[in-house]
Amino acid sequence: MSDDPFAAPRAAHGRAPDVFRPGGWIPMRQHRQDEPVDFVIVGTGAGGGTLACRLAEHGFSVVAMDAGPYFRPLEDFASDESEQTKLYWTDDRIVDGANPLQMGGNNSGKAVGGSTVHFAMVSLRFRPAWFKSRSLLGYGADWPLDWREMWHYYSEVEDALKIAGPVSYPWGPRRPRYPYRAHELNAAARALADGCEALGIKWTETPIATLSAPRGLAHPCVYRGFCTSGCATNAKQSALVTWIPRAIAAGAEIRDLAMVGRIETDNSAVATGVHYYRDGQWRFQRARNVVVAGYAIETPRLLLNSATGRFPDGLANGSGLVGKNLMVQSNQAVWGTMEREVRSYKGPPSLAITEHWNYEDKGKDFFGGYCYMSQGPLPQLWANTLMSARGLWGARLIEEMEKYNHVVGLKIVGEMLPQETNRVTLADETDQYGLRIPRITYAWCDNDRRLIDHSLAFMTQALEAVDATDLWRQNDDTCHLNGAARMGDDPFTSVVNADCRSWDVRNLWICDGSVFPTVGGVNPSLTIQAIACRTADRIKTMAGRGEL
Amino acid sequence: MPDSRPGTRFPGYDVLSKRQGPSWNDKTREVIARRLSTGSEPQFFAADEFLTVVAAANRIVPQPPTRSAIPVAALVDRKLHLAQSDGYRPPGTPRDGDAWRLGLKALDAETRAAFDAPFHILLEADQDVLLQRMQKGELRNPAWTEMTSDVFFRMRLARDIVLAYYAHPTAWSEIGWGGPASPRGYVRMGYDERDPWEAAEVRDGDIESARRKNNRVR
Repeated sequence: MSDDPFAAPRAAHGRAPDVFRPGGWIPMRQHRQDEPVDFVIVGTGAGGGTLACRLAEHGFSVVAMDAGPYFRPLEDFASDESEQTKLYWTDDRIVDGANPLQMGGNNSGKAVGGSTVHFAMVSLRFRPAWFKSRSLLGYGADWPLDWREMWHYYSEVEDALKIAGPVSYPWGPRRPRYPYRAHELNAAARALADGCEALGIKWTETPIATLSAPRGLAHPCVYRGFCTSGCATNAKQSALVTWIPRAIAAGAEIRDLAMVGRIETDNSAVATGVHYYRDGQWRFQRARNVVVAGYAIETPRLLLNSATGRFPDGLANGSGLVGKNLMVQSNQAVWGTMEREVRSYKGPPSLAITEHWNYEDKGKDFFGGYCYMSQGPLPQLWANTLMSARGLWGARLIEEMEKYNHVVGLKIVGEMLPQETNRVTLADETDQYGLRIPRITYAWCDNDRRLIDHSLAFMTQALEAVDATDLWRQNDDTCHLNGAARMGDDPFTSVVNADCRSWDVRNLWICDGSVFPTVGGVNPSLTIQAIACRTADRIKTMAGRGEL
Repeated sequence: MPDSRPGTRFPGYDVLSKRQGPSWNDKTREVIARRLSTGSEPQFFAADEFLTVVAAANRIVPQPPTRSAIPVAALVDRKLHLAQSDGYRPPGTPRDGDAWRLGLKALDAETRAAFDAPFHILLEADQDVLLQRMQKGELRNPAWTEMTSDVFFRMRLARDIVLAYYAHPTAWSEIGWGGPASPRGYVRMGYDERDPWEAAEVRDGDIESARRKNNRVR
């Protein structure tokens, strides 16, 4: 059998790749296609991978499909930005609107483990008030979830990933200490800390999903700095090396290189399974429940591509909101040069953080919040940033690149407001599977611009305070994907309820960042995983009551 | 201060000297060996298209004559030949390979209209003016059809050229980057802290001290 993870499915013949041993295998239960499984899950990232694990551990039969390959990081991952673009979702997509999004490596993964295989591992809790931002803060929409319940699930996920973080966190209600000790600061993080102290605000070590001590067969982080190109040492606690091995051990089946193109529904508005392309042909997996966990582009795309005579506007779309209220996060930066060597390529890119402007509401002329973090761009990313954001090429680019080891930067993750006009629709063109491709339309609103301006002015002060020179602002970047299938209490204004269950198709569920009604000013992965853990528990409870 | 000429900040530093050491895993060795053996003949571009790409690459990432050149255009060609795509594009802009063909055709139309000659034989200063106007979206020959010249510059031409250049170990050595780092990684994380397997920058004009350190990098 070929060892090329792109050539043929690896999870087959009763076994799946052992991510902890080069060339290794683990036994995997397999399910027949013509007998319904309890749950078929589309996507194996922060939402689907986590849910597959917890549902299997609750005793349900589970098949989880991913369009991407099943990697063994120790043997498949190079220390190389170009090579590792193989982790990204680079199928054809159209981007438009006043502020078209950058996709691919910026926010989309195509691999077992989803985007968590190349995420920057920043693992933050929402500010409690954000779950009721409409009622308490006057903007966005309320979530149907209670922050105290989420606090419980955040702790569950932090323990499952052995998050490395500070002993006490400076903002928000009390939380337990992080399971593993914080990582040491690199110089880029030290610059953030020094800037915060000069300006009189708090900072802390970033809670981060890479090991600071051994865990089973995985070693602590060696600070090689290729986190967003995939971790070749398994220190990163992605879904690929955490939830998915647990899921398989509990009896779940993973199907890699399996692109789901359509959810089948019958005349009584019940989902009966999914059509998927694998190993050269279209196949059909029967299921009692279907979970969509493809992230905020592929999830609405699949729902829209599954339209029927009964549901001409797509599945779960009685509200008309599938695809609408897509939210990214603002990801602007201020960059400068220091006299000292920074070498920010060493260590995870974001080792220090301040959430000051997530928790302080005085002095703002905008709704929402932002955090900012230290940065560590690798050379290709940095050179392209200088070209695309600063316009440099020719001798000026070459000269600027020679200062690489002295560059320091601060970058926000900022809250953008939900707008129905920011949305995913279907284009007429089709992809390699013959499926209509997504069109992604995005424009910033005035509030988004005010938040960005505030952050750029503040981070400029912070870099000036540490004597960085030649400061410049990167004005146009965004990150992460959320919304497009929001949860709520009302079937007319939401796609799913608090349990991620469709209002329209009762055995159809959505479990990924798509369900966020608002996005907050922190990276979303921890919240996606916490919601997945909660959803699994709720499904177990409902099943026990005969409510599935 | 370091010498301001290109390539002189890190004398003697060669990221490839670590190739057989603990900073490179087998997969990295395989990937970089393939990149270093990229042939000079185009497989995606036609011969006349390739001349334009070579000329554009020489202006976007000019290289010193004192070392062997990075085959930037060939690296771009190989990526397109393998159909490795960014995966997103504005409406009216074709998929990556087709966008390149359309953009080169439009650039050729612009060049012949203004100079009655192909791009690659123009003076460098004239090439730069055309690229600057492309970057600003000022090239509007009908041959561009629905794709704007600034989008082509930012999302295809300059992007693919810059990414190709900084995918090459010679460029990594030029900027003093540590390069591949698995499994060894790094130990010394603070300001002005250098692991012995990292590049040493010239300080206080002492080129020989930096060169000695760089010659010991393994």
